[in-house]
Amino acid sequence: MTQVLEIEGLKKGFSLHHLEKDIPAFDDISFSVSAGEFVLLKGANGAGKSTLLRTLYRSYLPLAGTIRFHSSYGEIDLARAADVDVAQLRRTEIGFVTQFLTARPRVSAEAIVAEPLRLAGWDAETALDAARQALQTFGVKPDLWAAYPTTFSGGEQQKVNLARALILPQKLLMLDEPTASLDVNARGALVSRLQELKDQGTAMIGVFHHPGDVEHLIDRIIDLTPDAFPIEERDDVAL
Amino acid sequence: MTITLDAPRLVATKPLLDVKGVSKSYGSVQAVRNVSAHAYPGEVLGIVGESGSGKSTLLRMMNLEEIPEQGRYTLDLPDVSGNLFDLDRFARRMLCATKIGIVYQNPHLGLLMKHSSSGNVAERLLVAGERSFATLRQAATEALDASEFPLDRLDAPPIELSGGMQQRVQLAKAIALEPALLLLDEPTTGLDVSVQALVLDTLKRLQQDRQITMVIVSHDLGVIRTLADRVMVMRRGEVVETGLADQIFQDPQHPYTQQLVHAKL
Repeated sequence: MTQVLEIEGLKKGFSLHHLEKDIPAFDDISFSVSAGEFVLLKGANGAGKSTLLRTLYRSYLPLAGTIRFHSSYGEIDLARAADVDVAQLRRTEIGFVTQFLTARPRVSAEAIVAEPLRLAGWDAETALDAARQALQTFGVKPDLWAAYPTTFSGGEQQKVNLARALILPQKLLMLDEPTASLDVNARGALVSRLQELKDQGTAMIGVFHHPGDVEHLIDRIIDLTPDAFPIEERDDVAL
Repeated sequence: MTITLDAPRLVATKPLLDVKGVSKSYGSVQAVRNVSAHAYPGEVLGIVGESGSGKSTLLRMMNLEEIPEQGRYTLDLPDVSGNLFDLDRFARRMLCATKIGIVYQNPHLGLLMKHSSSGNVAERLLVAGERSFATLRQAATEALDASEFPLDRLDAPPIELSGGMQQRVQLAKAIALEPALLLLDEPTTGLDVSVQALVLDTLKRLQQDRQITMVIVSHDLGVIRTLADRVMVMRRGEVVETGLADQIFQDPQHPYTQQLVHAKL
């Protein structure tokens, strides 16, 4: 299988200057992810699962190690890639899905969902059509498409967020508990969208509070608990 | 531990705006010390820092209102070349009118308060050489419309308008000639929250529809977070840290940036 990501000796910690304290998050993490592969991160709260996802997305700056990403523009080490390169990859090849929507005042649901397509160069009409389709898939009522999600309930906001985050097929997708507090139908829509993306070759690394939600997507499990045997084959693990 | 990033490898275009090693003093006060900044085409660069950090001085240099004692400034545009700080006054004025738009925190700096709003916008086009009244009126109206200014108030002078409306007239004036670079100096400071949201939304839309490169200076981290792709943190005339906006807010490296981010409500 084609490698998408090769992580080697990755280390992250935080220096809190006002406390004059260094807080370690994880050290010496190495694993690879291939196209179409779904890797689940597990470990107790505080084991560094979300921190690892954010480090791979470069919201956090790694202290050491390499994150070799095989982009369609060429190979690049995300650990030390220039900001402008990371920004370009985020627009086109690397996605991050959380459960939270960052709604902006006075921007409609459909416009928020269409935004990633617009940034990737789609024209306004086509992007809007695709956005409505995606909102439909996640079960957001047509009445709400032109409304501002700032006033939506948490559940509806989450659907808008997922529609937006998954609208553009990416090469690499980070999933940070996207199923938390989602209703059954929306969860079903999410899982089938993920399956679709997986079939198209998107590599995924995810953190799920209830891994059962995505059980049949998982190819491999990586345990971040210190001293745990790091990698388990999917077949050996009871979820 | 300071982390150094690689030079860009995937993005092959040159920065549209490139400022290198600028310094400026006022008497014994060094306002800006050996600062470099760049912005790629279509990118929004946010500059944050407390009052007196030199961020506004830097922005005025980018608008060629201030000429530093040393440093270089280039814009990667057709028919623009060389160090822009070396241009004579006339060339500077022409370049600013045609390639750069600016919105000031204080509308008095950017507008003639007693002239009509459409006249204020048209003046920009006059400077650039347009003489036909019909064209001027038409272009001014379009720019005001794009800034979401109510068109039934075209002839109202800014002095009669609310703060939010005055900012839109400034914005219309700034974008009337479709500049390659838009400079924003605290564009929403002092506006009430709902108006602030309107201005932010207008800016975001302009950015998406027109891919204008922007540099926005603000001490309001929320504004920067909403608009900027990349953030530069200044303190006492120097750059202490730059990074992707989310990285600066979630994983600030420099002690000063950590203080600043944690001070946000």
